[in-house]
Amino acid sequence: MIFRLSCKEATRLISEGLDRRLPVPERIKLRLHVGICDACTRFTSQVAFLRRAMEAFPGPDAPERR
Amino acid sequence: MLDAATPLELERHRPYLLRFALLQLRDKSAAEDAVQETLLAALQGAARFAGQSSVRTWLVGILKHKIIDSIRKTARAVPVESRVAEDRAEDAEAFFADDGHFAEAPGEWASPDRSLEERRFFEALERCLQALPKSTATAFTMRELLGLETEEICKELGISPSNCWVMLHRARLSLRACLERTWFLAGAPKAG
Repeated sequence: MIFRLSCKEATRLISEGLDRRLPVPERIKLRLHVGICDACTRFTSQVAFLRRAMEAFPGPDAPERR
Repeated sequence: MLDAATPLELERHRPYLLRFALLQLRDKSAAEDAVQETLLAALQGAARFAGQSSVRTWLVGILKHKIIDSIRKTARAVPVESRVAEDRAEDAEAFFADDGHFAEAPGEWASPDRSLEERRFFEALERCLQALPKSTATAFTMRELLGLETEEICKELGISPSNCWVMLHRARLSLRACLERTWFLAGAPKAG
């Protein structure tokens, strides 16, 4: 059972993985969970998208508003 | 001096820079100050602009430093306790059932990257960021907009790394849910 993560714990590790290099045991636990969890698979790609969106902020050139 | 850095040319970027600064600082006058200082510094340092990047990228680089200065100034003025207290209560609890499952599982987003070409998407993103508690939003934008490492964020905000990760986790959960609700499920991408 030590390998069992809840979605709450998994999303915490997915998020932390964007901010630091996770220790190997955490990475393994995470992979095992995400491998069988659609919700966390989506969460993973959606937070990665969120990062791309912030990099692209404020987005396409606004027409001159003056 | 390069044409790119004439006062008139620099002025053209002011609205863009202001939006960037405002997203991070959430304070109009602080954001205006940071942009003003950026444009002044750019004017004075125009000779150093190598022309390898776009003028805008160069300006954003200067602006990031001015924003960090501004955050430092505020951090000194406001006690740490009152800044992080508001965030401590909720954590990620609200998004999960007692057994740790999602209260509402993330839905499918149809070709999200197409949204990055739509100005209205970024307006939705701004609204979602504004809905976050201030310190959560500050930590998140320091990470994702300014591109700072968590160590630097902790230092500037005077919080522990674990508190920082908790805040970033909650920011991502909130923003994800908010974008899903107000953009991806609202059918907005098609309407652009």
